[in-house]
Amino acid sequence: MNSAELTLPATDDAQERYFQELIDRDSRIEPRDWMPAEYRTSLIRQISQHGHSEIIGMQPEANWITRAPSLKRKAILMAKVQDEAGHGLYLYSAAQTLGISRDEMAEQLIAGKARYSSIFNYPALTWADMGAIGWLVDGAAICNQVPLCRASYGPYARAMVRICKEESFHQRQGFEILLELSQGTAAQKEMAQDAVNRWYWPSLMMFGPPDDESPNSAQSMAWKIKRFSNDDLRQRFVDMVVPQAEVLGLTLPDPELAWNEDRGHYDMGEIDWAEFHEVLAGRGPCNAQRMQRRRDAHEDGRWVREAAAAYAEKQAAASLKAAS
Amino acid sequence: MNDGAPAHPDGHGHVDVAKVTLSEEIVDRASVASTDVAEYATWLGDDALILAQQLGWWISRAPELEEDIALGNIALDLIGHARSFLHYAGTATGRSEDDLAYFRDEHEFRSVHLVEQPNGDFAHTIVRQLLMSLYLFELYRELAGSADATLAAVAGKAEKEVDYHRDHASQWILRLALGTEESRERLLVALSDLWPYVEELFRDEPLHDVLAGIAVRPSGLREAFDRVLTDLFAEAELARPRTPTTSGGGRRGQHSEYLGYLLTEMQVLARRHPGATW
Ligand SMILES: [Fe+2]
Ligand SMILES: [Fe+2]
Repeated sequence: MNSAELTLPATDDAQERYFQELIDRDSRIEPRDWMPAEYRTSLIRQISQHGHSEIIGMQPEANWITRAPSLKRKAILMAKVQDEAGHGLYLYSAAQTLGISRDEMAEQLIAGKARYSSIFNYPALTWADMGAIGWLVDGAAICNQVPLCRASYGPYARAMVRICKEESFHQRQGFEILLELSQGTAAQKEMAQDAVNRWYWPSLMMFGPPDDESPNSAQSMAWKIKRFSNDDLRQRFVDMVVPQAEVLGLTLPDPELAWNEDRGHYDMGEIDWAEFHEVLAGRGPCNAQRMQRRRDAHEDGRWVREAAAAYAEKQAAASLKAAS
Repeated sequence: MNDGAPAHPDGHGHVDVAKVTLSEEIVDRASVASTDVAEYATWLGDDALILAQQLGWWISRAPELEEDIALGNIALDLIGHARSFLHYAGTATGRSEDDLAYFRDEHEFRSVHLVEQPNGDFAHTIVRQLLMSLYLFELYRELAGSADATLAAVAGKAEKEVDYHRDHASQWILRLALGTEESRERLLVALSDLWPYVEELFRDEPLHDVLAGIAVRPSGLREAFDRVLTDLFAEAELARPRTPTTSGGGRRGQHSEYLGYLLTEMQVLARRHPGATW
């Protein structure tokens, strides 16, 4: 039951006031509630991009499933990548409640019209990348996503609750991979350090541009879709991983990292935003490869989906006939 | 109304990484396999391992997200079975499941040729999965009554999972057979490509005699296998393929050319760091 059913404001103005009231009261907006058109579009954009990121994000790790160095690690990695497919499904379903179809979203993704998180345009070159991705990339995702569990749009918030639970396992298994490597042979430790060196900065970029250059943030925060600024979340992430890196016995590739007593936070060096914009513009190391793989899976699977649809239709027709 | 949290698409339940642990039956019992039982456990473990390795490739490449998840689930179940059987096999010689998976050469593997056949298109993967699942289901059902308590325990758990696998594959056989012209055509090709490898599954070996009461004699499973297949084929309006049988030989270490490549990929990292833990 949602509150929109209790009172039925007649005019657009009244509806808008009522919508804002719900937001201000920290109530949830549900699919059948009235909402401003821009709220709807901005949510569709954010949720579908988030879904696409889960789907494309399967690829760097899927790259190591067949080569995982122990059966236990292979099983954990399979389960993890499979979880990400599940996250994609939850998010696509949440976006569907706003009036976009799954086919539309799939088409937008393979046509290159939709964005996904740029982090997945970096290559997973060694086994240690499975550790660094879990620890840093899933770790950054958690920092971004935990506040989304309180996002104003109900279906999105509920999807995020389920996703965040699984993401914390992902981060833990990544951390364990790195710990095992850093306590292993010299070659393993070197592999771990190399992976952390390559994934650290890209993971900081996952929080998006600095606050003063973030065009969509202000409105998202007013609508309580977003609750903390990019820079706040980034700081939170850095504060979390610095002590964890110490436990791992690995260093983070930022010479300016230092505890700032006054602020009660770690100071950090300047992010290379030029690189960020390059990757965002489609010129990252794996943009083309990731898109190609998604297109291939989509095209190669077309005849299968068509068969399933045709079969379902025939079954429905048959049971209709049987009933009449 | 859709609240953004879909029921799990195939009803198999969602797996998360925290649940991936070695079957407790094996860990708790700490029993040691005899040389013969270890050899038999290796046969079972290798079939499951090679099939899991094949299915793992599909994750991120499946025709739809639901299949990424379903094939991933099946692969996870199979790798669980493989670990249990190989762990048990290793107790005979003081080797771990990973020693057996990563440090044996091609001729030391005991998998049947059917699991070694390439993924091909989705129809090939589904037909291979159907044939193996029907066979494994009958096998595990019998093995659950084995005089060897460890084999019986692993098989008892695996039977329930493989029951889901055969349901999943059967559903797809119906969809592909009765879906579109193209899907039916592709299914027929896959059936005739893979049918030659069925015979090997049901061939008795001398070890089955040695392990009477412990191992399951595969020839005895053929009738039940055929019965299920006949029903499914009738519903799917399919005829049994006529392609001739191949010689097989997997149980004696004679494999298809495909296995070498599969093992090369699977073992490369572990072998580059012998003695390392992960
Ligand atoms: Fe995820
Ligand atoms: Fe994740």
